[in-house]
Amino acid sequence: MKHSISLALFLAALWWVLSGFTKPLLLGLGVVSVLFTVLLARRMRVIDAESHPLHLTWGLIRYWVFLIKEIVLSNAQVVRLILSPSAKIAPHFVKVQTKQETDLGRTILANSITLTPGTVTVSIDAQDLLVHALTKETAQAVIEGQLDLRVPADAEQPT
Amino acid sequence: MMLVAAAVAVLAAMALALARSLMGPTVFDKILAVNSFGTKTVLLIALLGAIAGRADYLDVALLYALINFIATVALMKYAEYGGMEANDEGEG
Amino acid sequence: MIWSEVVAAILLILGSALLVIGGVGLLRFPHFYSRLHAGGVIDTLAAGLFLAGLAFLFGPTLGSVKLGLIFVFLLFTSPTACHALARAAHVAGLREPTQAEEEQQWQK
Repeated sequence: MKHSISLALFLAALWWVLSGFTKPLLLGLGVVSVLFTVLLARRMRVIDAESHPLHLTWGLIRYWVFLIKEIVLSNAQVVRLILSPSAKIAPHFVKVQTKQETDLGRTILANSITLTPGTVTVSIDAQDLLVHALTKETAQAVIEGQLDLRVPADAEQPT
Repeated sequence: MMLVAAAVAVLAAMALALARSLMGPTVFDKILAVNSFGTKTVLLIALLGAIAGRADYLDVALLYALINFIATVALMKYAEYGGMEANDEGEG
Repeated sequence: MIWSEVVAAILLILGSALLVIGGVGLLRFPHFYSRLHAGGVIDTLAAGLFLAGLAFLFGPTLGSVKLGLIFVFLLFTSPTACHALARAAHVAGLREPTQAEEEQQWQK
């Protein structure tokens, strides 16, 4: 139930941001469409802790701050590689073990690795991630598992 | 003035992506280039909104970002399961 | 010139420069998998700085919120698209050239 309410609030905010209407009639139509969408989503059974990780809200916000710092740093690395005339790039694949137990945790980790330039997740097989790295240095961050440690713990969701 | 300079920079970056998409060599290079071309188009549309001083353009930019993403994923699905081959010479 | 315009100008210049650098990387890197990383620069930091600059121009209006939405949307979709590309290439058997070939192509 709390997931439905949060989805409704999110959709209402989105509707208002995209339209910017304030007339009562149009607002009423917006409320109707939001409720209808939530009803459809409930019937399709797509509202659950996985599509709507409410229990992770604070953990995710703290994680995003860390992730943005990480993205800026690795961007600087890749930009330096592009600009240097005799850049030593050494593209290679690495296999990394992750500590994430749940699908959601693994998805967050894999997406974060892809989001930081210099490393791209190519495939996931249970606990093994196949990562493509641009240089040894960019691979180092993934091998050390800084991101892996900081992905918010997803304990509530049964696997 | 500053906005026009930014528009020129975006267009230059788009030209670079276009060159890569024409050069290939594999079909994946082309799709990567087209995807990044699309991202730049989104930025260009948003910039045009700032130049014209109208926020309406941003809806178009948002929609373009959506379509760009769906197009890339659909093309990749086709490349993965549609029987296209990747080799270093041809377009697959 | 008000201070917000100065901030906007700085962010736009940085963003445009990163866009062009990303484009150069897209052309210059020798192989598909390495070009993927150049595309990553464009999708994350360049787009982020550019949209932040535009948000300073729009000021505290609905437009800035929409710019934020575009940015969040890019952050969610770009790794998905990037991963789909990498995976499709990997499944199709596109291999990484060996170190020697790599350096040879880089010299060209």
